[in-house]
Amino acid sequence: MNHSLSVGMEVPPLRKGPVTHTDLVKYSGASGDFNPIHTVESFAIEVGLGGVIAHGMLTMAYVGQMLTDFAGMDADLVDFRVRFRAMVRPGDTVVCRGMVSGIKEDDSGSLVTLQVDAETQRQETVVKGTATLRYR
Amino acid sequence: MDKSIVGVWSQPVANVVERGAVRKFADAIGDPNLLYRDEEYARGTRFGRMIAPPTFCRTFDFGIIEGLDIAQEGLIHGEQSFHFERPIYVGEELWCSECLSDTYTRSGGSGKMTFLIFEQKGETKDGELVFTSRANVIRKEGPDA
Repeated sequence: MNHSLSVGMEVPPLRKGPVTHTDLVKYSGASGDFNPIHTVESFAIEVGLGGVIAHGMLTMAYVGQMLTDFAGMDADLVDFRVRFRAMVRPGDTVVCRGMVSGIKEDDSGSLVTLQVDAETQRQETVVKGTATLRYR
Repeated sequence: MDKSIVGVWSQPVANVVERGAVRKFADAIGDPNLLYRDEEYARGTRFGRMIAPPTFCRTFDFGIIEGLDIAQEGLIHGEQSFHFERPIYVGEELWCSECLSDTYTRSGGSGKMTFLIFEQKGETKDGELVFTSRANVIRKEGPDA
């Protein structure tokens, strides 16, 4: 049971970036996603992207960090879903945000659902989704 | 796209959640959480051991779906979801597999698009389900496709 949470409560936002080319190379290596649209500028231009773009999963990981920071030692992340809506590019800053949208009590504790998103400094929503934390 | 491939699972592949790989992943996403990198600290928490960041499980090898042949080029990651029964523990071995659970084509203003929905799962050797995930991938077909 968690009594300190209420619907409408905001998760402390997490600011990440500015994203660098090196970040994208590091994420490629750490994730095994070597698609050249994330690392090879000439390739990304050739396929019409206008330059390299960040991995969607990197932005999702940023939102994940906000959620696990918020959950701390009190909760487990049980569901996490996002839709990728726009591209993040080197130089971009990403702000991850969340808001408690529902609280459901059951036998083993409470399930807290959140609306989450991430926005760049251009005020463009790059990912949008939902998450569920289980408090025991 | 040959629809007969839908629902065919890959042979599960054993993935060891390596401590170095988890730390490198946590570094790459810029997450300083000690649960991902400090064993002594993690032992003192309710987890009792180091864990991996939630999206780390996207990096597992899920095996090969027999007969599925999709060019990686031009694929757009549209949606991603994860469901966790519990955290992923550093050092554990997870058997991971995936299937194409649905595919369909839509015509829109910008041409024909093929939607591919992949589902994955990770289990322990004893068959304990640890996580499931789903990736929606979009392929823009050329005007002649």
